[in-house]
Amino acid sequence: MIVIENLCKQFGKLQALKNVNLTLSAGACIALVGPNGCGKTTLMKSILGMALPDKGTILFDGKDIKNEFAYRSRIGYMPQIGRYPDNMTIKQVIDMIKHLRHYPENQTDKDLITRYQINDLAHKRMSTLSGGTTQKVSAVLAFLFNPDVYILDEPTAGLDPIAAEILKDKIMEEKAKGKLILISSHLLNELDELITELIFMQDGEVLFHKKTDDLRNETGEAKISKTITNMLKKQMS
Amino acid sequence: MNVRLLLLLFCFCLLTSRLQATVHTVGAGSNPTAIKTALALAQPKDTILVKSGFYQEGNLIVDKPLTLIGENNPVLDGNKQYEILSVKADSVTIKGFVVQNSGSASLDDPGGIKVYDSNHVVITNNTLYDNFFGIYIQYGKHCLVKNNTLISNGTTDELQIGNGIHCWKSDSILIIGNNVSGHRDGIYFEFVTNSVIWRNISFGNVRYGLHFMFSNNDAYITNVFRNNGAGVAVMYTKNVKMYNNVFEKNWGDAAYGLLLKDISDSHIENNRFIQNTSGIYMEGSNRISIKNNIFGSNGWGMKIQASCMDNAIDANNFTQNTFDVSTNGSLVLNTFAGNYWDKYEGYDLNKDKTGDVPYHPLSLFSVIVEKNPPAMLLYRSFMVTLLDKSEKILPSLTPDNFVDNQPLMRPLPL
Amino acid sequence: MNRITQFVLTDIFRNKIMIAYTALLAVFSWSAFTLENNSQKGLLTLLNIILLTVPLVSVLFSTIYIYNSSEFIELLVSQPIKRGKIWFSIFTGLSISLALAFLLGAGVPLLLYASIGMFGLVAGMGVLVSVAFTAIAFFSAIFTRDKAKGIGISVLLWLYFALLFDGLVLFLLFQFADYPIENAMVFITALSPIDLARILILLQLDISAMMGYTGAIFKQFFGTALGFSISVLLLCLWTAIPFALSLYRFQHKDL
Repeated sequence: MIVIENLCKQFGKLQALKNVNLTLSAGACIALVGPNGCGKTTLMKSILGMALPDKGTILFDGKDIKNEFAYRSRIGYMPQIGRYPDNMTIKQVIDMIKHLRHYPENQTDKDLITRYQINDLAHKRMSTLSGGTTQKVSAVLAFLFNPDVYILDEPTAGLDPIAAEILKDKIMEEKAKGKLILISSHLLNELDELITELIFMQDGEVLFHKKTDDLRNETGEAKISKTITNMLKKQMS
Repeated sequence: MNVRLLLLLFCFCLLTSRLQATVHTVGAGSNPTAIKTALALAQPKDTILVKSGFYQEGNLIVDKPLTLIGENNPVLDGNKQYEILSVKADSVTIKGFVVQNSGSASLDDPGGIKVYDSNHVVITNNTLYDNFFGIYIQYGKHCLVKNNTLISNGTTDELQIGNGIHCWKSDSILIIGNNVSGHRDGIYFEFVTNSVIWRNISFGNVRYGLHFMFSNNDAYITNVFRNNGAGVAVMYTKNVKMYNNVFEKNWGDAAYGLLLKDISDSHIENNRFIQNTSGIYMEGSNRISIKNNIFGSNGWGMKIQASCMDNAIDANNFTQNTFDVSTNGSLVLNTFAGNYWDKYEGYDLNKDKTGDVPYHPLSLFSVIVEKNPPAMLLYRSFMVTLLDKSEKILPSLTPDNFVDNQPLMRPLPL
Repeated sequence: MNRITQFVLTDIFRNKIMIAYTALLAVFSWSAFTLENNSQKGLLTLLNIILLTVPLVSVLFSTIYIYNSSEFIELLVSQPIKRGKIWFSIFTGLSISLALAFLLGAGVPLLLYASIGMFGLVAGMGVLVSVAFTAIAFFSAIFTRDKAKGIGISVLLWLYFALLFDGLVLFLLFQFADYPIENAMVFITALSPIDLARILILLQLDISAMMGYTGAIFKQFFGTALGFSISVLLLCLWTAIPFALSLYRFQHKDL
């Protein structure tokens, strides 16, 4: 579904992405892991067209996304730290995005709104919300329009365990619908039941991109986190 | 005795017949039909009454003391070739004519009505259209030009048109209540002395509304000079008295409400200078009293060149001028006292109606513009305001004796 | 009207600084017209406001607003919307609100105390200057991520156009005093939106000063319908060019 070829991106002296080649297919739930500053967010932003690559191409359904914008209507994006205009209320933000997307109201996925009980908070200003609530709004917006692709940047960071559980359930459901899900996270244990593939990045490079089943088989570990340390050790040696 | 008496009676009759002047009526249906014939027939002191009509008789020369009266505005037309009326005798009166289309040779200056070396000529209530010169008096004395209207359609070319009322080497002339427009200079005096110009309106003339040179001891009272090409210019003259005149709307590069060049010992009082590029521009002028005038809405209220000295500028109102006063040098030999300046920002603690802080009417920006006219481009910009304010607080470039020590707090009731 | 613009507008209408700005303009203008006994002086006060306050507030408010909206912009960029449309919509929203603030604050007394032609001219210039300095704010805000730096650039640009540029012109005038430079100067004034607005208003307002030797040349150019149209066009270019540059930069920027 998304094919990334020779993607390079430099911020000043920092090489954020070095020749990244990836193929992300529909139906996969992919974890993007790696140490801080390894280029996860840059990669996600590149797919969204927020960061513009220096070199290389990103194909979305076979089409280069350069200078395109319509493809983003098929992506639900949840940023690491969602920041919204201070003076707007939750309702206004959600309404605005709905209007901007021109998405039929009756087809929106209000599941998370209900589960997070957002309607009770609808008239609160964004500036008055806690970090967790803000994340809930981000989650709602990402899942509102039944997109084919989810790009979730540290989705559970800042959420309380119950909210995180709700989000995980939602991701499971979407995965079951055969959608492509790209998650970056530090908390690998949380993702154990979710993910089907894993991309490990370091210093802007993809160290490996494997199916989780293959990883488990190769390393003989059940836990994803363990498989990674194992893989890294193997690569070092 | 009878014979004597008879003789006396005869002589008396003879005399009275000459005293009782004949009236010659000219016009269609009368005898004669031509003015020229009547002029030839008439004896001195006769009256020629011209009936309404159109008379195209070339040059008419009046060489006897006659009274010419036009009835219902007869038209004397010069066919653009001739001088129309030439007065070459004393005590001629010309009244009630329409004089139009004189010739326009620039060599002998033909006029609608021209007076040659004559005294006591009276020219009243005539209308003059499209003449080269309108009324021209040379070597005249005790002449009266009153209530005439002179209209011409002068173009911008000064050589194509002569002056409205033109006087040369004359004395004791009265120019009263005339209305002059579209000529080169509305009223022109050269070597004219002891004369009065009163209640005339001179507007829309190509060059000056009033122009005089070498004309000492004249008075200009209650005239209006409006919208003339270059305003009013007066030069090389002593003892000029200008009272109660209005100088307004004289716009343009070299236009002045009143240009004074080498004028001395004169009085300019109770005049109004409104909406001129420069209200008064003076150079080489000395000992002039400028008093009780209104300078309003001019570009420059007064431009006083450094060549002027001992002029007293007292008790005038300066309001809404872009610059109240400017000068081109640092030497100041003129005095300002008791004027009202609307830009004055001082205070009056002792309530004597004059400000306690002296007023410096010369702004730094006016000095800059004087040196570099295109700097006008920056007028009213923030930077200029800042420059002017700082100069007011700490005068460094403007002469500090350019000052009114008794600025009025309120305008004078002029 | 487009949605983003609408959201920007509703956001700004609640902004306290914007309300204060409108109130400030209103206080200045009303007092200018009511305290001075002739409307000419009121107009001159208003002219100073247009030449100083309006550019300063426009450029500062817009710059700060752009920096404060960085999250909002980020949110929008992740949505299926053209980047150009986002940038343009925010610009439109800011321009409309600054222009409205000017018209509400200064335009109303102007309409009551000045002639209708004067109102049209002065209000038009105020609006054009507001919009031009909004564009200049977009230009200075896009080139650095650092808010303090961006605001610094904005203030410097304002200072340059409001003060330094005129100083430069004066310097040039004296340097080239021996040459016939009036025509060149007419061209040079076109390089500052504030000067353009000032001369256009002055020519209608204070003709006496602008006449005379130099004035004739300006009048010849700015006073004609053609010159006036060209000047207005130039003012519009002062909006179009900084905005176009910032737009180009925005379309090639990582967020």
